[in-house]
Amino acid sequence: MVAVVPARGGQAAPQQVAQRSSRTGYLLLFPGLAWLAVFFAIPFVTLFLTSLQQPIPGKSGKYQFGLEFGNYATALSEYWELYLRSFVYAGIATVLALAIAYPLAYFIAFRAGQWRSLMLVLVIAPSFASFLLRTYAWKTILADEGWITSTLNALHLLPEGRILNTGIAVVAGLTYNFLPFMILPLYAALEKIDPRLIEAAGDLYASPQTAFRKVTWPLSLPGVVAGTLLTFIPAAGDYINAALLGSTGNRMIGNAIQINFIQFRDYPTASALSFMLMAAILVLVFTYIRRAGTEDLL
Amino acid sequence: MTTKRPEAIAAIAGTMRSSVSRRRLLQAAGIGSAAMVAAACGAGGDEGGSTAAASAEDMSDTDMTANWSNWPLYIDVNEDTGERPTLEAFQTETGIQVTYTEDVNDNNEFYAKVRTQLEQGQDIGRDLVVLTDWMAALWIENGFAQTLDKSIMPNSGNIIPRLASVSFDPNREYTMPWQSGFGGLGYNVASYQSATGNDKLTTVDQLFDPALKGRVTVLSEMRDTMGVLIASQGNDPSNFTDDQFSQAIELLTQQVDNGQIRQVTGNDYIAALESGDVIAVIGWSGDIIAIGEDFSFEMPETGGTLWTDNMLIPALAQHKKNAELLMNYYYDPSVAAEVAAYVNYICPVEGAQAAMEAIDPDLASDPFIFPSQELLDQAYVFMELTAEQNEKYEREFQKAIGN
Repeated sequence: MVAVVPARGGQAAPQQVAQRSSRTGYLLLFPGLAWLAVFFAIPFVTLFLTSLQQPIPGKSGKYQFGLEFGNYATALSEYWELYLRSFVYAGIATVLALAIAYPLAYFIAFRAGQWRSLMLVLVIAPSFASFLLRTYAWKTILADEGWITSTLNALHLLPEGRILNTGIAVVAGLTYNFLPFMILPLYAALEKIDPRLIEAAGDLYASPQTAFRKVTWPLSLPGVVAGTLLTFIPAAGDYINAALLGSTGNRMIGNAIQINFIQFRDYPTASALSFMLMAAILVLVFTYIRRAGTEDLL
Repeated sequence: MTTKRPEAIAAIAGTMRSSVSRRRLLQAAGIGSAAMVAAACGAGGDEGGSTAAASAEDMSDTDMTANWSNWPLYIDVNEDTGERPTLEAFQTETGIQVTYTEDVNDNNEFYAKVRTQLEQGQDIGRDLVVLTDWMAALWIENGFAQTLDKSIMPNSGNIIPRLASVSFDPNREYTMPWQSGFGGLGYNVASYQSATGNDKLTTVDQLFDPALKGRVTVLSEMRDTMGVLIASQGNDPSNFTDDQFSQAIELLTQQVDNGQIRQVTGNDYIAALESGDVIAVIGWSGDIIAIGEDFSFEMPETGGTLWTDNMLIPALAQHKKNAELLMNYYYDPSVAAEVAAYVNYICPVEGAQAAMEAIDPDLASDPFIFPSQELLDQAYVFMELTAEQNEKYEREFQKAIGN
């Protein structure tokens, strides 16, 4: 309605404008950069320095600046099994989540019609309850006297005679807790696919299976990659599920980090463990992205 | 100071038996703590503190308040109104407003939270905190606890003889016990009898009966679990050698590896007992008494553990005198009885048993709230450990339980 009137300074020389806009760019970047510096870069450096600290002789539980790279070797030799277990559990949980989430996301994207929004809300709604409470609820669901366990026991399907406090429960908890992080990116990717492409594949005599393999799946790949990463990374570092649903033989690396921080007050070891977890995940993620051929996603 | 408060007693009589107790809380403990420690770790390398606790200018007389940090569900509560009857009565009587916060979930976690401030000589904003023996010892050793002015605490003489002198504070100069408790055996009576055919669970051997395979938990509190196990091997938990500790670790490892022990938990074992997943545990007396008739707590024949949670005043607390008056108030036998009637732990106040008669005669004769000398003699206070020993033993223990 109001005509756009050029500002009085509108005649300024072009370089000046360019300069001002680049300055504006930096100004606009500032909050983000400051955030990164304060909440990522500084803690990251502190964590790394802490991981190299050495004990002060004669003062148990006190540490000073040092370059004790041996902390890493000690931590790794003591806890390599927990790393391995964390990646195995997180890997299984990711595959399970993908298997559950893909059909569901596909259904919501292509078949849900008017129910689409409602179904999306139902996917996200459980996350409104606390993570901890939801995990506690699984203790009741999987209880020895509960119907799930009794049914499976009647069929002699449980080697240990129970689900709660076993690796199965931990993987189930991880799958459940991170499932929405798999569904949402998958949905976003599937929803963007033009259904006419699939129709066209059919017109060209592709069977539904072939159409899925050659059209839908490749186009949904960005969602698959994003979903698996968003599930695998937090699942590998999680310790709540192992602590609440697992037993003594199901501890994950997150539990070791927590114990070292809180119980032993051994900050160097805990920092070294965290750092190695980060590094290992980075390596895994890059290998995976290379393999999936989706570098341009980054 | 020994006036009776009939209205408070009446209020509590209705809600006496709480179904929960302080050791039983969500394990939320761990969740925030990693973040808190991350903040604390920057101060890892500073020089150690001196042993004399600093005191701040006492503002008690001008600022009639006190900040008290305690464990959850560890004081009498009127469940209808949500008020804490004894604390209300104290505020009315003295005019001191007490901010009572249930933010001690775990000794290590709480220490991690305030450690940086304590080491840098800052006030932690609390005038009274409640810590378990070994943690209280650590605070005293590091100069984080102030000496109490007993001259304004006439009731402090009411402390029961068994607790009047402890190794870390021989004259109770820094601490006063809040509640004590036993670590021992707890079980679901009916399930235990049908699973094993035994009548009562009174020994650690019975706890490791193969009939209970996968239905047993032990505590993640190293001192309680290891104390009970060390005693079961005929050794003395209050005075043992490295070899004897390793011997008990061997027993624990064996029972963890063969699947007898299902899980090692902090406060979760009560929920597992109630749901029926777990039949027998190494647990804490007050918890198991509080969950009712179907469950029973027994002192193991070979002995259990005795622990105490202690009130102490942190260095630089701003309302020291108010905190002392508060401690003094809770050493009034009738007040102590009201608290004990709710929390079901061992009451450290002499004379509270007589006061309890008026509230609930059954509780007055409960051996685990007012234990006899014989029962107390069966319970060991865990050996005091140096920082190095503590770290070594904690590590061995955590390794045995899969961490």
